[in-house]
Amino acid sequence: MQKIQNNRAWWLVLPVFLLVAFSALIPLMTVVNYSVQDIFGPGQAFYVGTEWFKEVLGDERLQDSLTRQFMFSGAVLLIQIPLGISVALMMPKSGIKGSVCLILIAIPLLIPWNVVGTIWQVFARGDIGLFGWGLNELGFDYNYTGNTVDAWLTVLLMDVWHWTPLVALLCYSGLRAIPEAFYQAAEIDRASKWAVFRYIQLPRLKSVLIIAVLLRFMDSFMIYTEPFVLTGGGPGSSTTFLSQTLTTMAIGQFDLGRAAAFSLIYFLIVLVISWLFFTAITQADKEQ
Amino acid sequence: MAEIQLKSLAHSYSDTPGGPEDYAIRQLDHVWHEGGAYALLGPSGCGKSTMLNIISGLVQPSEGDVLFDGKRVNELSPRDRNIAQVFQFPVVYDSMTVFDNLAFPLKNNNIPKSRIKARVQEIAEVLEIEDKLYKKAKNLTADEKQKVSMGRGLVREDVSAILFDEPLTVIDPQLKWKLRRKLKQIHEQFDITMVYVTHDQLEASTFADKIAVMYGGQIVQFGTPTELFEQPNHTFVGYFIGSPGMNLIEVERSAAGVRFRSTQVDLAPWQIELLTRLTSKNIKIGIRPEFIELSPTASDNTYQAEILDMEDLGTYKIVTVQLDQQEMKVRMNEEFEGAIGSRTHLSFPQQWLKLYVDEFLVQEQQ
Amino acid sequence: MKQSRSKNVAITLFIALLLTPVYWLLNMSFKTNQEILGGLTLFPNTFTLDNYAVIFSDPSWYNGYLNSMTYVAMNVVITLLVALPAAYAFSRYRFLGDKHLFFWLLSNRMAPPAVFLLPFFQLYSSIGLFDTHIAVALAHCLFTVPLAVWILEGFMKGVPREYDEMAFIDGYSFPKFFIKVFLPMIRSGIGVTAFFTFMFSWVELLLARTLTSVDAQPIGAIMTRTIGASGIDWGVLSAAGALTIIPGILVIWFVRNHVAKGFALGRV
Repeated sequence: MQKIQNNRAWWLVLPVFLLVAFSALIPLMTVVNYSVQDIFGPGQAFYVGTEWFKEVLGDERLQDSLTRQFMFSGAVLLIQIPLGISVALMMPKSGIKGSVCLILIAIPLLIPWNVVGTIWQVFARGDIGLFGWGLNELGFDYNYTGNTVDAWLTVLLMDVWHWTPLVALLCYSGLRAIPEAFYQAAEIDRASKWAVFRYIQLPRLKSVLIIAVLLRFMDSFMIYTEPFVLTGGGPGSSTTFLSQTLTTMAIGQFDLGRAAAFSLIYFLIVLVISWLFFTAITQADKEQ
Repeated sequence: MAEIQLKSLAHSYSDTPGGPEDYAIRQLDHVWHEGGAYALLGPSGCGKSTMLNIISGLVQPSEGDVLFDGKRVNELSPRDRNIAQVFQFPVVYDSMTVFDNLAFPLKNNNIPKSRIKARVQEIAEVLEIEDKLYKKAKNLTADEKQKVSMGRGLVREDVSAILFDEPLTVIDPQLKWKLRRKLKQIHEQFDITMVYVTHDQLEASTFADKIAVMYGGQIVQFGTPTELFEQPNHTFVGYFIGSPGMNLIEVERSAAGVRFRSTQVDLAPWQIELLTRLTSKNIKIGIRPEFIELSPTASDNTYQAEILDMEDLGTYKIVTVQLDQQEMKVRMNEEFEGAIGSRTHLSFPQQWLKLYVDEFLVQEQQ
Repeated sequence: MKQSRSKNVAITLFIALLLTPVYWLLNMSFKTNQEILGGLTLFPNTFTLDNYAVIFSDPSWYNGYLNSMTYVAMNVVITLLVALPAAYAFSRYRFLGDKHLFFWLLSNRMAPPAVFLLPFFQLYSSIGLFDTHIAVALAHCLFTVPLAVWILEGFMKGVPREYDEMAFIDGYSFPKFFIKVFLPMIRSGIGVTAFFTFMFSWVELLLARTLTSVDAQPIGAIMTRTIGASGIDWGVLSAAGALTIIPGILVIWFVRNHVAKGFALGRV
C-alpha cells in the first residue's frame, strides 16, 4: 500500500510520543545529568565531566561482568536458535494437536520471571529438587550453589527452558505460512528431506530468524531477575551479569554518578548491536 | 505406462462419512489412455483437484483402486509414480535461479550434469524463457514464475503423465492462449499423457482431444468437444458447455410427449415409449440455442413466443424469447432481425430435442 | 501431510521435559513442608491444600495477585488506547520524522530495565506516584507501547486503504470509521497485541518491585520477600508460584488462534 504524505498524522502519534517520552526522555536526562556529577548526598553534587565514564570503562568488576555477559548471550544464541528451529519442525502443523502443542510449549513464557528463578532454584537442589537429586543419584557431583561450572550450566539450562519456546513459536509461525503446494511439489519432484529444509523452509525462516536472534540477544543481554533469584550472582560473582552489577551499584550502593555513566554505556552497547540487527531485518523485509 | 485406470473410486475427506454429501468423489470408474490430451472440466468444488491428487498419489482414496497398467498403486508414494504435477499457483524456489529450479527434479534423480543442462535448455526454449535461465527466480513476474513451475513438471524425461491443476489461473488473458498452444505443442512433441483440470470450457476444448466433465464428484460424460456439444449426456453438460448453455425446461408426461404449463411438446415415438417405462417424475427437455429455429410465420409444430431481448455480439445474436412464461435463448446469425416485443415462432427440430430423465440423457436403444 | 510418528514421539518427549519443572512445582505445592524437607517423593504422600488455603486467606498474599492483575490490566488498556491511533498513522501515512520515531520507539524496547531503575524511582516518587498501580502500568508502557505499535502496524498494513476511502465516501467520520469499521477488521491483531502486552507486564519484576513497596506490591515481590524465621516456606511459595501460571494459560487459551498469526508477522 502506498502511504500518503501527511504531517497531520502526528496528532495520531502524539499520545504515544508523550507517554513514551515521559517514561524515557525525562529519566534519560536524569541519568545523563547524574553521569557527569559526583554525588555525595542530597544537594552535594560536583560536576566531574567525563570522569565517571573513564572510570567505568576501566573498572575491572565491570569488565568482568561484561565478558561474562557476552559469553552468556553467545551461549544462549548458540543453543536456543538451532533448538528452537528443530522444535518448530517437529510441531504438528494444524488442528487441535497443533493448538495444544502451541499452548503447552508457550507455558514457560508466561511465568513471572521470579517464579522461573524460584522453580529452578528448587528444581536444581540436591535435597528437594528432582533435577538436582537425579543428577546426584546418577553419580554426578552436582552443586549449583558451590560450583561455578554447575552454576553456569544451571543458569543456561534455565534460560534455555525459559526462552527456547519463543524461538520455536516464531519459527513455527514462519513455517505455517508456507503453502501446502510447496511440499506437494517437492514430494512429486522427489526432493530429499534436507532439500526441502534448505530450499523451501529455511529461506522462509530467514526474516523470522533475524527477529528471533535480535530478541534473544537483547533480552539475554539485559537479564536480571531469573539468575538473581536462582544463584544470586554466585558462587562469588561467577554468574553476576551486567544488569545485576548495575542494579547493585545503583540501588545497593547508591553510587549514582558511577551507576549513571554505566547505564549509558550499557544502553549504548545494546542500542548499537540492535541497530545493526534492525537494519538487517528491514533489508530482509524489503527483499520480500 | 499404457493406461491409468480408476476403479470403483470414491473419496471422502472425513473419517466417518455420513451420506453422499460427505464424498468429494462418488463411485467413479474411468480409464485414461496413454498419450492422450485430456481435460477434466467442471465447476469449482466438483472434485477435480481431488481426482488429480489421487492420481498423483498426494491423496489416498478412501475407497476403490488406482491402477497403472493394471497394477494397483494406491499405496505407492507420489515420488514412485513417475507422474509430474503442475499446481494452480507458481511453486518456485525463490532462492535459486531459473536454471536451478528447472534442474531441481533432475538433480534429485541423479541425472548426469550434461544431460541436465541439455534438457533444461530444451524446456526453457519451448516455454520461451531461455533468456531468463540465469536470473534469480524471485525476480520474475507471475506469468514467468508459472512457466517455470510448468517447466519443472515437463523437465523430467521419465514421467509417463503430467497433471495440470488449473495452471493458467494466474496468467494474463492475453498470454493464456499462447501458453495453451504451447502446451498442445508440447503434447504433440513429447507424446505424453496429459490431464488438464479447468473450469473453463474454452480452455478444455482447445487443449483436449477428449473431455471428462465432472459434476458432484462424478464424471458425467467423457467425449470429444463435439460429442459434448451435440449429445450432452447430462443436464449439467448441456448447461455448462456452450455459450450460452442449453435451454432446459422441466416438463411432465402427456399423451403425445411432454407438457409444461399449457404447452404441449411432441416427442419421437421411442422417447414416448421410454417415458412410459421409466417411473421418475424428474423429466426435462433440452435444446441448444443454436438449434432452435425462429420464423416470423406460424406453421405445423411451431410455438408462438414473444421476443424479450436481443444481444448483438458481432458475428451472431442472442435472442431471448418467452414461450408460455418460459424464457429461452436462441442463437441466430447476424442478419436476423426482430423487434423487441414482437411475435415469433419457434420450432424444435426432433434430432436436437433431447430428453433427460433424472438429469441423464435418454437415448434411443439400438 | 500427516505428522510422522518419529516427529510425534520427539515433540511429546520435548514437551514432557519442558513441563517437568512445572510438574515439580505443582507437586511441592500440594505437600506439607515436613514432607518436602523430609525426602524426595514424586507424588505427595499426604496431599494437602493448606498451602493454597494460606494464600487465599492471607491478604498479604492474595493482595499480591490483585495488585499484579490490576496494574497489568491498566497497562493493557492504556497501551491499546495510545497504540491504536499511532499504529494507524504509521501504517497509512508518511510524515516528518516517521522512520526515526519508529526506531526510537523500538529502541526503548531494547533498553535494559536496570538502566531506568534509579530515574524511575526518583521520577515517580517526585510526582507522588510511588507505590501505586498506575506507576507500574505507566512504567511498563515504555516497553509495551512500542511493541504494541509494531504488532498493530503489521496487522493494519494488511487492511487496504480502499476500505478507509470507501467508508469516508459513505459518510463516516474518522472516529466512527475507526471504531465501527476498522477495529473489527483487525480484531485478531488486537487480540495478539493484548496478549503480548499482558505477557510482558505480567512477567516483569524488576521495575514492578522498584516502584512499589506495600500498597501495590506485585505477587513477585511478595514471593521474593518471603523468608520466615523458620526458613523459606517452600509449600506456600510453590503454591504461590503455581497460581501465577494460571492467568497466562487462560489468556493464551483465549487468543490461541490469533497468536499464531501474530507470531507469523514476525513481530514480537
